[in-house]
Amino acid sequence: MSAAVFAGQAAVPRQPSLGAGMALRGLAKRFGVKTVLRDVDLDIDAGEFVVIVGRSGCGKTTLLRLIAGLDAADAGELRIDGERATDCVRVMFQEHRLLPWASVAANVRIGFGPARNSAEAQARARAALGEVGIGERADDWPSVLSGGQKQRAALARALVSNPRVLALDEPLGALDALTRIEMQNLLESVWLKERFTAILVTHDVAEAVRLGDRIVLLEGGEIAQIIPVDLPRPRRRGDPAFARIEDILLGRLLGATAAS
Amino acid sequence: MSDAAGIASPDAATAPAQPEARELSPTRPFGFRNAIARAPLGWLAPAVALVVWQASSAFGALGDDVMPSPLAVLQAGVRLTLSGALFVHGAVSGARALAGLLVGGLLGIGFGLANGLSRTSEELSNSTLQMIRNVPHLALIPLVILWFGIGESAKLFLVALGVFFPIYINTLHGVKTVDPQLLEMGRTYGLDNKALFREVIFPAALPSIFVGLRFALGVMWLTLIVAETISAQSGIGYMAMQAREFMQLDVVVLAILIYALLGKLADVVTRALERRMLRWHPAFQAAAP
Repeated sequence: MSAAVFAGQAAVPRQPSLGAGMALRGLAKRFGVKTVLRDVDLDIDAGEFVVIVGRSGCGKTTLLRLIAGLDAADAGELRIDGERATDCVRVMFQEHRLLPWASVAANVRIGFGPARNSAEAQARARAALGEVGIGERADDWPSVLSGGQKQRAALARALVSNPRVLALDEPLGALDALTRIEMQNLLESVWLKERFTAILVTHDVAEAVRLGDRIVLLEGGEIAQIIPVDLPRPRRRGDPAFARIEDILLGRLLGATAAS
Repeated sequence: MSDAAGIASPDAATAPAQPEARELSPTRPFGFRNAIARAPLGWLAPAVALVVWQASSAFGALGDDVMPSPLAVLQAGVRLTLSGALFVHGAVSGARALAGLLVGGLLGIGFGLANGLSRTSEELSNSTLQMIRNVPHLALIPLVILWFGIGESAKLFLVALGVFFPIYINTLHGVKTVDPQLLEMGRTYGLDNKALFREVIFPAALPSIFVGLRFALGVMWLTLIVAETISAQSGIGYMAMQAREFMQLDVVVLAILIYALLGKLADVVTRALERRMLRWHPAFQAAAP
């Protein structure tokens, strides 16, 4: 569970995975009469870590669901490496969504695709579990894991297919503060190693500054601001530059409330 | 078909309970030693009843024409076992029960899955099935005798009809209440319909199917007893009715006890099956010591 575990290496070497670039053009989504997203234009570089921040109801989860192909946009276009298909996106949900009747390893194999019952899938699942630091829980039922361990298993499931894009929908929202920091470190180290494109939705400003190459601020379904974070990694919370960006973001988020 | 067909709140069985990490090994065998240690308490009341019964018979408080003594019942059991009659009738009854359960149960699971998965299938058959469910199936006995005579098919039909509904309703309920978040997860991870069914829907419905099976077992024995008592030429129920003709009260009581025993046996088998197949379930892990 400690930082040292992150270095604990997989038994099977993983192929280098190249992230996919993304282009969002005029994306919009309505639910009934309510427009949740309007006119979202965004380019995401291959291998970039983009964090989407906003208050509840700003449309950030909706945007992520469009990117992941879970919902269809009402207008606009989304291209991943020039293609419309979203199959190369893996999602890590706010809830762990592990199958309670399958062992942790079997849950991870779900992420492997059609060949999920092959010997290769077995080996890769165990390797992925090792990578997220819970290799020793492979044969347990999900119900006996702690909340943080469940999210680690969910992360391993998302990683096992070497995704080109990983979409994360507030996956750390339900964790306690310490576990959350551990998980942020883990996410970063995995991302640095695998170099997939990461898109994280969160309402935690510190988490956004800790992880994002760029922070996209959503307000009322529109992109209000994009803040680049040019700090060396790993970033430290106490760092003055860190705090400054955090302040800008918080000010903007709180100001938006005051205005409305 | 009867109240028993209702949906037993399978909450305890289907809710994805999330206890905090418990120091339990889920693969550990269940508390056999614990069960033995607790057993004497459970057996106390039946043992006392048996002693009182035997004493009442021995001291003449209970006439032989009302109730034979336990020893007499035991003797009848030994006698019929040695003559082979008990085995023959027991096997016939067991085979009828199993065949009916198999036919009705498979149909119930089949319709339950189909109607849970397909809206068209549900619209086509569900309301009809629900209407038929409200007919007490034992009320069909006169009709069934006219249709099938008193042969095996009559019993098979009645038992199958009786067990169909509890299994159908609970299977349908199980499929309908699969966690939509897990379904969404499965789809985003590229599970096709077949894989989605195998990995997500069926395992999720299994606890409910077991609830249906447990209900069905009760209906199964009840139906068989009635059918064999009214019209049969073999089986435990027939044995009891024949014994009644000759006033062999000991055999009548023996038959009743054998039905109870068969019912208990079916329950034990189902429980074992359930523990084996649902061993992932926190409710069953909690049962471990």
